[in-house]
Amino acid sequence: MFELVRDIGWRTVDNVYGLGGVAHFGSRLLFETLAPPYRLRRLIDELYNTGVLSLAIVCASGTAVGLVLGLQGYNTLVRFGAEQSMGAVVGLSLVRELGPVLTALLVTGRAGSAVAAEIGSMVASEQLDGLRMMSVDPIDFVTQPKAFALLLSMPLLSALFIVFGLFGGYLVGVGVLGIDAGTYVSSLENNIDFRNDVLGSLVKSLVFGALVGLIATWRGYTAAPNSAGVSRATTGAVVQASVATLMFDYVITALWGVGL
Amino acid sequence: MSRSPIRDLLVGVFVLSGLAALAYLSIQLGGAAYSGPGGLTLYASFDEIGGLAPRSPVVIGGVKVGQVKKIELAPDGSFRARVTMDVDRGLKLPDDTQAAVLTQGVLGNQYVGLSPGGSDTMLRDGGEISYTQSAVVIERLIGKFIQNIGGDNGGKKKGGDGS
Repeated sequence: MFELVRDIGWRTVDNVYGLGGVAHFGSRLLFETLAPPYRLRRLIDELYNTGVLSLAIVCASGTAVGLVLGLQGYNTLVRFGAEQSMGAVVGLSLVRELGPVLTALLVTGRAGSAVAAEIGSMVASEQLDGLRMMSVDPIDFVTQPKAFALLLSMPLLSALFIVFGLFGGYLVGVGVLGIDAGTYVSSLENNIDFRNDVLGSLVKSLVFGALVGLIATWRGYTAAPNSAGVSRATTGAVVQASVATLMFDYVITALWGVGL
Repeated sequence: MSRSPIRDLLVGVFVLSGLAALAYLSIQLGGAAYSGPGGLTLYASFDEIGGLAPRSPVVIGGVKVGQVKKIELAPDGSFRARVTMDVDRGLKLPDDTQAAVLTQGVLGNQYVGLSPGGSDTMLRDGGEISYTQSAVVIERLIGKFIQNIGGDNGGKKKGGDGS
């Protein structure tokens, strides 16, 4: 009994300690982002790794999701004789929800895991200690460009995902199911609002980018310095970033005003 | 890492295409549904506007000339809906122009249709369109239709009983 209560207490303290560690690490990242030197060269390299290399998977997935949304939306709408509003269904679900969330999950799997594994193996092979020996701060030099590149590329990738999704919906709706092209586009344009929909989508993808960047670099930075530690860090980064994305998605949706 | 021209080019292409997608979403989709010149504000009061919403199109003879900006209850306490519209400044609309809330197809989006009259005086900025026609609410129409049918049947039945 005594053991059990002590165990619960220790776990609580340990978790709070971990949260404090993440917060401290996050504030260090933020500080290094704002304070010079800005390391533009490193940022561009990391933008290539996270952004450009995720481009193909994001565009392909966006098109596929748009195609499916078009088909499913049509099958549901046609029961109510409302297939004219297919553009609104495809557009609103992509802009408000699927674009930012699916992009965040894809980027987590594609780039977040790579970031965690790379930093983790640098920890395991004592490269970060080597940097500290040369009085180079590894948070500033290694993790900050990676986290910041994830944050920056997320809204861009999300916007591309949405545009390719709209294109996929157009292909199915206009090309296969015979909805008038003008109807599809005007239904899109009449129903998507800048403040409620596009700005909300942008806020979501920025928050998701910050979350994925923070969690992936943090898990890599705190990896145990052996091969099992690197694999745990990679798995943990993907799982935690995905769960955090989905939970924050609900919170942002609720805060941004469902009531239009 | 060293400077690599191809990598830098790809990053540039990525950033620019991402920004272009964002701009498309914000301006083309998120922006006004009507992208032509606005500037002329007109008001119209309706008894019933149905599903009319801000950013619904304003149309003359099928051509989009503006959009609905705001919908509120009329401030004069008449419980009518007061619709603020933003239309092309270049339009010379006579002051006996009619405004009607119409529907695209049977269940489509609602819009404001303007039919210009023949008066010599023109509507100015901030003018009020006094001739309006309310939206047809399909539920009420169906309700009336069912009532009428019910009434007819009742009459026939009574007639049959009498003979």
